[in-house]
Amino acid sequence: MSMVLFDVPGPKAHARHKVMAVIGIAAVLAGVAYVAWRFIATDQFSERRLDWINYKQIQLSLVEAIGNTLSAFAAGAVLALAFGAIFAAARLSDHAWVRAPAAVIVEIFRAIPLVIMMFFFYYGLPVAGVKLSAFTAVVLSLMLYNGSVLAEIFRAGINSLPKGQSEAAYALGMRKTQVMTFVLLPQALRAMMPTIISQLVVLLKDTALGFLITFEELLRWGTRIGGDAVNFGRPIISVMIVVAAIYIGLCLLLAWLANYLEKRNRRNKKVIHVDADDIPEMAPV
Amino acid sequence: MRVRTLAAVLLTGALALTACGKEGSPTDSGAPAGLFEVAKDVKVDGSPTFEKVKARGNLVVGVKEDQPGLGYKDPTTNKYSGFDIDIARLISAKLGFDPEKIQFKTIQSAAREQALINGDVDYYVGTYTINAGRKEKVGFAGPYFVAGQDLLVKKDNTDITGKEALKGKKVCSVTGSTPAKRIRDEKLTEPGGSIEEFQGYSQCVTKLLNGEVDAVTTDDAILKGYAAAEDGKLKVVGKTFSSEPYGVGLPKEDTALRGKVNDILQASLDDGTWQKIYDGTLGKSGSSAQKPKIDRY
Amino acid sequence: MSVLTNNLDLFLRLFGQTLQLFAISAVLSLVLGTFLAALRVSPVPVFRGIGTLYVTVLRNTPLTLVFVFFVFAYPLLEILRIDNYVAAVVSLSLYTAAFVCEVVRSGINTVPVGQAEASRALGLTFVQMLGNVVLPQALRSVVPPMTSTMIALLKNTTVASGFAVVQAGNIRESLSEQGENVLLGLLWVALGFVILVMPLTYAQQVFEKRWSVAR
Repeated sequence: MSMVLFDVPGPKAHARHKVMAVIGIAAVLAGVAYVAWRFIATDQFSERRLDWINYKQIQLSLVEAIGNTLSAFAAGAVLALAFGAIFAAARLSDHAWVRAPAAVIVEIFRAIPLVIMMFFFYYGLPVAGVKLSAFTAVVLSLMLYNGSVLAEIFRAGINSLPKGQSEAAYALGMRKTQVMTFVLLPQALRAMMPTIISQLVVLLKDTALGFLITFEELLRWGTRIGGDAVNFGRPIISVMIVVAAIYIGLCLLLAWLANYLEKRNRRNKKVIHVDADDIPEMAPV
Repeated sequence: MRVRTLAAVLLTGALALTACGKEGSPTDSGAPAGLFEVAKDVKVDGSPTFEKVKARGNLVVGVKEDQPGLGYKDPTTNKYSGFDIDIARLISAKLGFDPEKIQFKTIQSAAREQALINGDVDYYVGTYTINAGRKEKVGFAGPYFVAGQDLLVKKDNTDITGKEALKGKKVCSVTGSTPAKRIRDEKLTEPGGSIEEFQGYSQCVTKLLNGEVDAVTTDDAILKGYAAAEDGKLKVVGKTFSSEPYGVGLPKEDTALRGKVNDILQASLDDGTWQKIYDGTLGKSGSSAQKPKIDRY
Repeated sequence: MSVLTNNLDLFLRLFGQTLQLFAISAVLSLVLGTFLAALRVSPVPVFRGIGTLYVTVLRNTPLTLVFVFFVFAYPLLEILRIDNYVAAVVSLSLYTAAFVCEVVRSGINTVPVGQAEASRALGLTFVQMLGNVVLPQALRSVVPPMTSTMIALLKNTTVASGFAVVQAGNIRESLSEQGENVLLGLLWVALGFVILVMPLTYAQQVFEKRWSVAR
């Protein structure tokens, strides 16, 4: 197989690649071995430091923490999708007085760091007499930020459809709402699905920022159990490995869903193929 | 099909995880049960908090969870224990609510005022120093204990003997706490040193044990708990350089409840309950304590 | 307004810290990310595997978790002592490098294979091919998403607030300690970020428009 940068390797290159592969594997193994040795040398996997896994109450609190992370994700995702749909519609409006403010709002919320938004809702708003729980603050921030990004994704998805689609629909005498709901949206949604799911992965990861405003989610659970000196001698390494594995597992599950949808899409012949380059790469956080 | 397999695997895994499990705690930190008699027919006229609690049926109390001996939540049992916790239980009992039904809520130092202003908790008992700035935002009953700022260092440390010896040292404390502010305001670490701030003291203790900071500073009561929990790797310097009157944080406008809590604390000081609570928690470290004087303002 | 004018030095100092943290992490993540991209497009399968593993792990881990690891867990391993600032730079760089890698890799992949085959047929050396044919084309599809990634990095520096690294995310704490209005203070912080990010977003849109026509 010929790749952009490299030609099909000949016998000499093959031999060279084999040598490089051996060196590469050796380097990685050396790194892994060193870290593993440090783990063992500093006694991170002693019986006492792994004992936390055995306690029923800790297992239950872990399940609860995962539940909190997932419910923040679910609420944030639903609200962000709704926010995104509304603002995408507003940005595609024919009226400038709807379009302009929507554009400004979307741009502003994309520019403010999520952490600052969470601080604003949790520490700032009470000054004005508005009281929000950590959960609400996390969900609202996730909605505003990811909703704004999703609005841009939706808009780009609809704009990337061939112009003939809407022109034909208008020629048939459809109204604007009809064109949008019957012709453009169904097609655009299919094309955008992978991008939307990747943004949802970002949203899932961002729930961990709730850690900074004391939202009781998975990462906070990890620092709490990991910092326990009384019972387990601060098992933060083993706890963090478990927490990381859970996050990676959840994200991969979502990404796998994205892949699955994309594959099912490809089999569907009715879909108009949209050039993937037309959907702008959104900045992941 | 693959979805179903995956779901089945996950479910089996979850079941396997919850099916086995040790109960109880490796270290016993059980609180004395039945120490407090629940009062009957309590009335606190003109207290909106009390009315709210009465309608709800139990108290929601803000506490700390990472301070052994004061406010500590055992992750293996999810039970809270310590001096602050027992004070919270005492107040609950004397207000006529079963202390066993208290819903404890962990609130970090930086979020305490907010939690009271927001009404997330009915009152707060967690090494909460009474000062003028905070009195503008919340109300304080008590003090129920007087601590003093001190330093926690490694056992073999000999050069940090008091606050004068902090020049050029790295000192760790909690974000938004009085001790951190004092070190900064008095410029104790300057020149060359710094003050690092984290969300909880256990994080500071980790940094101290790793040798990344030279000392952890906060009230001696908190530090003693940590020194005890770390099997003699750490020691408290023992020269306090402040007076920290711990109060029970209450919503600012609720003066009726404040008066009632002050009465409860005064009664416990007089009838020996306070001493019993101290002996059962902080007193275990071997040091004695002076009774505080309730300050009604 | 008085919240800003009374504390102007605080705002300027901490936003300066943000920019410093951003600049150092940006350089490091660009270097590491490009190296990883080189691994991912290399003809040696093992290298590709290493690159893929790195990107998969880091892209699916929350940045806050990376911070927790380097600030609280890593020191326990007693390898090389790093202070909180270095830990923050390392966390931001390692995390962002995974995204930089993906941007560079997909940029290279947008260049049609025929372009490279044609230049090889013309007898261009590897360096000539890279410099004159592949990179100029790849760069066009790299710059806009790279700008997005850098904007994300700039905003991500605020995560350091929870880890004793002082930057714009900590303005709230200082204001709160002085008894200033935190609500207004946070609005000014938000505005500060909007001011920093907007020109970048604008530049990105200009690049995107200009180069999509040129293609």
